[in-house]
Amino acid sequence: MKDVQELKSIASQVRRDIIRQVAAVNSGHPGGSLGCADFFTVMYFNIMEHDNSFNMEGHNEDMFFLSNGHISPVWYSVLARSGYFPVEELKTFRLLNSRLQGHPATHEGLPGIRVASGSLGQGVSVAIGAAVSKKLNKDAKLVYVLTGDGELQEGQVWEALMYAAHNKVDNLIAVVDWNGQQIDGPNDDVITLGDMEGKWRSFGWDVLHMDGHDYDDLIKTINKAKENAGKGKPQVILMKTAMGKGVDFMEGTHHWHGKAPNAEQTQIALNQLDETLGDY
Amino acid sequence: MLDRFEIKDKKATRDGFGKAMSELGQKNDQVIAMCADLTGSLKLNNFQKEHPERFIQAGISEANMIGMAAGLATTGKIPFATTFANFATGRVYDQIRQSVAYSHKNVKICASHAGLTLGEDGATHQILEDIGMMKMLPGMTVINPCDYNQVISATHAIAEMNGPAYLRFGRPSWPVFMPEEGFEIGKAIMMQAGSDVSIFATGHLVYHAMEAVKILKSQHSINAELINIHTIKPLDNDAILNSATKTGAVVTAEEHQRNGGLGDSVAQVLAQFHPTPQEYVAVNDSFGESGKPAQLLDKYGLGIQNIVEAAIKVIERSTK
Repeated sequence: MKDVQELKSIASQVRRDIIRQVAAVNSGHPGGSLGCADFFTVMYFNIMEHDNSFNMEGHNEDMFFLSNGHISPVWYSVLARSGYFPVEELKTFRLLNSRLQGHPATHEGLPGIRVASGSLGQGVSVAIGAAVSKKLNKDAKLVYVLTGDGELQEGQVWEALMYAAHNKVDNLIAVVDWNGQQIDGPNDDVITLGDMEGKWRSFGWDVLHMDGHDYDDLIKTINKAKENAGKGKPQVILMKTAMGKGVDFMEGTHHWHGKAPNAEQTQIALNQLDETLGDY
Repeated sequence: MLDRFEIKDKKATRDGFGKAMSELGQKNDQVIAMCADLTGSLKLNNFQKEHPERFIQAGISEANMIGMAAGLATTGKIPFATTFANFATGRVYDQIRQSVAYSHKNVKICASHAGLTLGEDGATHQILEDIGMMKMLPGMTVINPCDYNQVISATHAIAEMNGPAYLRFGRPSWPVFMPEEGFEIGKAIMMQAGSDVSIFATGHLVYHAMEAVKILKSQHSINAELINIHTIKPLDNDAILNSATKTGAVVTAEEHQRNGGLGDSVAQVLAQFHPTPQEYVAVNDSFGESGKPAQLLDKYGLGIQNIVEAAIKVIERSTK
């Protein structure tokens, strides 16, 4: 379990990996990836009990599902940096014959990925299935799922929320990447999410809040959710993040949702991020 | 040969599904039954009673049901996600495509009330495109059994295989004539050997084809070969090519659209390996409507007589 200083150091490298992956192929989604770099780092290097030798069925370990699959660069970086596959393989992101598909997939056998995602709104349902299975197996480990905020416009998510509350799926912790942005602009301009907390509460979930860039808050809040697990209610953590966090010209705008920086921009971005673990 | 398939009884294919699920529940504790508010219609009441902890009531939320099935399968369970065929396929195509098929999850999608024979509920529920949608998905096994017994065999068979499968059956009471044994996924069943025309039938229309074979023989002195194609994918190419090579004329019969159905699959094999004249007994680019099953099958050209006429017509173009 890494301490906050170590986590911050890893996250800086993860952000470099994100920029370098998308810049190399001039495609991919840097904005949401950068915004979740701190969260992913905390999950894989501090919170979750997981086995990087990777077993698809995930028995007796915590399981993580990513619903907003387009932020694959951050997941790939963190999986590689925590030993699921060689860091060098990040070079193959989005290339032909790669295991690192544009959106996460199981099809090529990339360790760490348990279901494909990309078409939005499906991850919470899948995570519920895994959580129900853990209960049947008397497996006390937890299931985590990250979903985007714009993604909550998909109706399937609300089907899933109803199911989880009705059936007391209390070994499941959902986290919302609440950056307030989606492809066409701010959520509030596209389709507002309105009273986010009220919506989840009225669907029967317990709601926690955290700052997705404050390490003490991340660790404290997720651990609090862990302690609350098994008490009869599914939980969501509404995580405030800034899209593009860590690179000044990318921060807080939807402009970099799905656009890669050019060579000059890439250099400016990398100059803002320390190479702490060595670039691949 | 056809007399081996004596009609013993009439039972709904979905009743066979319920019986097999009950048996599977006892046999394999990894089996999970899921339903979207149609437990009685899918005949899962016994499973629910016998294994309440392994029965999942998804409510009227089919998309969530398919997603949960993918999650259950990820952890090694064998989920049977069930509802009416319309809601099990078209409504949740993207969920099946991404979370199940592309992710190669061991999910069994089991669908009742397929086709016209659900009757009075009308076209909103009478899906005639489901075989096409499901067979297009890479890696998906597609099975359309013909009677109560064959549904039982098929349900057990898909539990044994690893990978996603679509099992399609129906609502009405229907003649029972198949043995429970001798079912193998992807292996067509020769029901009547013949020399003049090959009839490839699937689902409820296997019964119509049996009756048509008798009429062709008694009234027209035509020796028709009848092959029961319960598995649309993977298709038994050898059985189709052996028969078509012998007879030089083909009829396909199914309770589905021509586009995307068994007929399309058969035509694809024939066009590539042994071009053969073919007639289709299938719904021709149309929605259904309310009515009694027999009336609907008749109106939309899926009756016994339609198969007889198709056989006579295609024999005129026989390559033999």
